[in-house]
Amino acid sequence: MTGPTPSTWRFPGLPGGRTWAIAIPFVFLLVFFMLPFLLVLKISFAQSAMHVPPYTALLQYQDQQLSFLLSLESYITIFSDDIYFSAYASSVKVAFFTTLVCLVVGYPAAWLIASARPGLRELLLMGVVLPFWTSYLVRIYAWVGILKDQGLANRLLLWSGVTDTPVQLMHNTTGLYMGMVYSYLPYMVLPLYAFLVKMDRSLPEAARDLGAQPWEVFFTVTLPLSLPGITAGCLLVFIPSVGEYVIPELLGSASDLMIGRVMWSDFFNSIAWPLAAAATGVMVALLLVPMVWFQRVQSRTGAVA
Amino acid sequence: MNIPHIPPMKSSKLGEDGFLQVLDVSKQFGKVTVVDKVSLSIRRQEFFALLGSSGCGKSTLLRIMAGLETPTSGRIVLDGQDITDIPAHRRPVNMMFQSYALFPHMDVASNVGYGLRREGVAKAQIRERVDEALALVQMGGYAASMPAQLSGGQQQRVALARSLVKRPKLLLLDEPMSALDKKIRQQTQFELGSILQKVGVTCLMVTHDQEEAMTMADRLAVMSEGVIVQMGTPEHVYEAPNTRFSAEFIGSTNVFTGMLASDGGDVLDCHELVRPLQLPHALVHARKGQSVTVSVRPERIRLSWPQGADSRDDSQVFNTAEGVVEQIGYMGSYTLYYLRLPSGRVLMAHVPREVLAGFGREPDYGDTVALHWSVRSLVVVG
Repeated sequence: MTGPTPSTWRFPGLPGGRTWAIAIPFVFLLVFFMLPFLLVLKISFAQSAMHVPPYTALLQYQDQQLSFLLSLESYITIFSDDIYFSAYASSVKVAFFTTLVCLVVGYPAAWLIASARPGLRELLLMGVVLPFWTSYLVRIYAWVGILKDQGLANRLLLWSGVTDTPVQLMHNTTGLYMGMVYSYLPYMVLPLYAFLVKMDRSLPEAARDLGAQPWEVFFTVTLPLSLPGITAGCLLVFIPSVGEYVIPELLGSASDLMIGRVMWSDFFNSIAWPLAAAATGVMVALLLVPMVWFQRVQSRTGAVA
Repeated sequence: MNIPHIPPMKSSKLGEDGFLQVLDVSKQFGKVTVVDKVSLSIRRQEFFALLGSSGCGKSTLLRIMAGLETPTSGRIVLDGQDITDIPAHRRPVNMMFQSYALFPHMDVASNVGYGLRREGVAKAQIRERVDEALALVQMGGYAASMPAQLSGGQQQRVALARSLVKRPKLLLLDEPMSALDKKIRQQTQFELGSILQKVGVTCLMVTHDQEEAMTMADRLAVMSEGVIVQMGTPEHVYEAPNTRFSAEFIGSTNVFTGMLASDGGDVLDCHELVRPLQLPHALVHARKGQSVTVSVRPERIRLSWPQGADSRDDSQVFNTAEGVVEQIGYMGSYTLYYLRLPSGRVLMAHVPREVLAGFGREPDYGDTVALHWSVRSLVVVG
């Protein structure tokens, strides 16, 4: 084959198609993701003020003098007030266990879907994706309907005689984790499925042929090869879990103080925008650690494959 | 098609018959019968090939041997032991996969040593046996390489080392050449063949490539729609195909179908030919008018310039026809002619270069030539 391939084709003087293809999402992320985040960062270095917007400006021009005011007050509060530390710790803990349960439940599910015969596979995959067709908030309210004292779950338990008084299933840790695992499970199953379905089926077969017991096949071949999928799934669950607000608010107990709720009350109740913004900045910094690690794992497995 | 030189029979090296016995093995997926009551008997150290087009059941049969598939019925006996119910990981059988199935997250040495580690062999001994296996396939310097860094041919050799290192009683080869470039296939066939001969392992190979089967196998079985159509040495199956399917599958051929001219006779009336076809032998049990199919290989058809009416009557020895040259293919040692008969039927003829040299002028497009082939070169295939 000769001649230019479509990817190198271009108008004279203009960048090629590949540049455009990358530039469009890049610009989108810059405008709608990076810019708002920089604004939040900017607010985090301001001070609360009783006007609109409720924070001081960083740059001020007064009395023919330009002053630049960078306040670390919010950050000092966050690192000195115990409530922030415990909220971060509890958020990370809840996110960690949510991720763990999602992995333990999601891996076999993804594996089953990936090894189902083609027709059934699409149907099962549909089952995973279907909840996305309903608003997230509506689904969480539906769980309230299921888990409340007179809810579906309790009526079933009472009817079957497992218990004679309603069991408290929400406004406690049980409810919190039920909601969290339910909401984030698809984010674990889908990347895992994507990895498992394209895995060469002859690899586990070759392991079996070479004398590996079924569990050895899993731990020496299937699991190591699905590691990138596991990492992707875990990050997709862990990162949004840390900042989750709705589920702890509706299904969790008042004592499950997660960082999302602290931010909410800083923002809406105390009108302390800089404080909420600083809490966000610290959370993003916290989440950058696993993300950078994931990048490194990805580039390492990419080099092998 | 180029039929490679058939290597001399290696039967002297072969051990006793019935080393591997496949007894009435069937496999059904739902209502579909993929393997239908197949029976085989393979000798110790024999190289046996299952040959067939895709979907004929040969790969399923191979997977049944490996234990990756359970037969619906039938037994498999290897070296006197019924292995039908032994799970894949405990069978003294190893397979070289079509894609080689090298573990991408392990280096070459770990790949080759994988089976030995599962057996719990001591570390020092594993290293020794891995080195030995890699030396056998001439990959000694690559122990620390990752599979992705190797060429297709190198990967194949690592896969071979991995499947031989456990010293299996039976080695299964699933389309061993299909992932390789056509150019290096012939060389690889030769190398693989000599390694396997050196090891002396009993081999069962599955392939759709008849050249591969004929170069490498001591015996082969032609499979179609889940059953074995014919079994024998490559030479036997090529020279004496028992069905139209195996005649057409192994090499290329010209097939005629006609009606028997008399009860138990040896002459066939074929509407595609001007003259009746003389058969090599009488079909004693056949009735007049019965449909009979015969095959004649392209290299058995001779060409000459038409002689006119003075040719002597040798119809007992030769069948003859006349045709017009429609296509010419230069194939190196021979030339392939496509010849159109008056009936419209096109025949293939392979004419050796040295024969063409005696023609004076080589037959060209549009020339009318005489075709004749020895009665004995006809094979009744149905």
